[in-house]
Amino acid sequence: MRTIGFFIQKEFLQIFRNRSMLPMIFMVPIIQLLVLTYAVTYEMKGIRIHISDADFSSTSGQLTGKFTGSPFFVVTSTGTTHEEAEQALHLGKADMALNIPEGFERGIMRSESPQVELLYNAVNANVAGLSSAYTSSLIADFQGNMIADLMGGMQGSIIPVADITYSYWYNQEMDYKLFMAPGILVMLVTSIGLFLTGMNIVREKEMGTIEQINVTPVKKYQFIVGKLSPFLIIGLGELAFGMLIARLMFGVPFMGSIWLIFLFAALYMLVLLGMGLIISTLTNTQQQAMLLSWFFLVIFIMMSGLFTPVESMPDWAQWIDRFNPLTYFIRVIRLVMLKGSGWDEVKDQFYIIGAYGVVMISVAVMRYRKVG
Amino acid sequence: MSEREIVIRVRNLVKKFGNFTANDNLCFDVYKGEVFGFLGANGAGKTTAIRILCGLMAPTSGEISVAGFDIYRETEKIKRHIGYMSQKFSLYEDLTVYENIRFYGGIYGLRRKEIAKRADALLVRLGFSEVRNSLIKSLPLGWKQKLAFSIAILHRPDIVFLDEPTGGVDPITRRQFWDMIYESASEGLTVFVTTHYMDEAEYCDRVSIMADGRIEALDTPLNLIKYYNASTMDEVFVKIARPVQQL
Repeated sequence: MRTIGFFIQKEFLQIFRNRSMLPMIFMVPIIQLLVLTYAVTYEMKGIRIHISDADFSSTSGQLTGKFTGSPFFVVTSTGTTHEEAEQALHLGKADMALNIPEGFERGIMRSESPQVELLYNAVNANVAGLSSAYTSSLIADFQGNMIADLMGGMQGSIIPVADITYSYWYNQEMDYKLFMAPGILVMLVTSIGLFLTGMNIVREKEMGTIEQINVTPVKKYQFIVGKLSPFLIIGLGELAFGMLIARLMFGVPFMGSIWLIFLFAALYMLVLLGMGLIISTLTNTQQQAMLLSWFFLVIFIMMSGLFTPVESMPDWAQWIDRFNPLTYFIRVIRLVMLKGSGWDEVKDQFYIIGAYGVVMISVAVMRYRKVG
Repeated sequence: MSEREIVIRVRNLVKKFGNFTANDNLCFDVYKGEVFGFLGANGAGKTTAIRILCGLMAPTSGEISVAGFDIYRETEKIKRHIGYMSQKFSLYEDLTVYENIRFYGGIYGLRRKEIAKRADALLVRLGFSEVRNSLIKSLPLGWKQKLAFSIAILHRPDIVFLDEPTGGVDPITRRQFWDMIYESASEGLTVFVTTHYMDEAEYCDRVSIMADGRIEALDTPLNLIKYYNASTMDEVFVKIARPVQQL
């Protein structure tokens, strides 16, 4: 136990004496949180739309009004024909176009289903998909109003109309910042855990000090615990610091128990520290360790559900994703922070990450050898 | 020297890397309190042997005991009784002189009080008291080497292994370094040292010369010079090691 104490003391001295280390620990989370949380968003504002209205009626005017009044759309040009609508897309003046044909109002009055034409520039499928979703909801809304008006006018009595209202649970304003911030915290903790651990141990190899350690009576577990626990502490400290910033900057709510998050984070760090240690046994220089960590980190992050939902990945990818520790942590941190989930809802993830941690640390310990 | 107590006993040590035999049937004894020189050209197998004796590498076969402990079964016990200083520099450059002493003292199981006491004595003896809180990287190489040696014997081992300890150091510092070695040997420490400098070989009580993975000669420097009909150790070394270097 005292030996481990000497190790931890030495590691902290070295970490905090390294000039590039402190900025890395405190500036990186601030910058990543600020930049990524604002920049990475699925929320779309100012979709450029062209409107061709050949009907010139008050009804078509009402539909057009839905778009001009929406914060999500900017009407960049207007016209009367389908050709003009196409032209606007070709020239790149608009992301989408709405074409209301002649006879639109008449059709509605006769209770037929009049058609409107919607054209999307689908070069960016994401933008097109989102524009389409927004547009559909606007048109559905418009139809609802129309039906109510027509029924009311014709029968002169009040008929209850099903009114659709939306409420988005657990993130009521659909604020993407609230959704992104917890995930980015996870990314931060991950990069710190993976990079620093691997590089730290390889550095001792590079300098030759590991050999000096190996001729001492230090036991394997003492070395590993002494080496890894400083990074466990730093990782958790980093998470606390990042959470504070997320709270102050974006008002991210802490609906659930913070302790639950930290408990999960501690288990999660075991997985990463184990990986870092394994990487250090596979590499001989800090550059190699860095590249190998980077390889895993990119895959983990891209497949974690941070940017794209795991549910929409192909089956084989989802299967691989079962081995992605980030996926579990991101799910848990979102559930606990935004929804306020308790133990029952996240216990499966706890068991999985706990088992994962045990496996990783065991493999790492087996691979690390004092004798060549 | 008179009681001839054996502290390192090596019989038929063999170490193979694939088809290459780095150590070919080495047999030798090292006695308590002697300065044992382990010589050989680059690639002769010195470093492999020293790493095996320190428990950094497992031998392919052979019977070896160090400080009275068996190398296969009691490796961790051996580690308590030996010190090691490698050619690759082994102190932490980004820690101070005192922090290095404290760390190494600590992992050898010394109490903090004891470490402080020994550190003070060590710093006074080396005349390093004023650099106590300087980073290692700010010290000249010769100072680092003296410090590394002192730290390698801080836990008072029975044997210290020095793998080319004076590489790249000026002659005056080398002289001082050897004074330190003699002083420690006179206190009963066994010193097992590899070197390239033949003047240093002459300071040893006994030397062995390796060539091509085998020990070709082992005796006192004076006897070797007589036997090989040479005037210096340098000539002895060239006579024994030359066949290898032509390969």
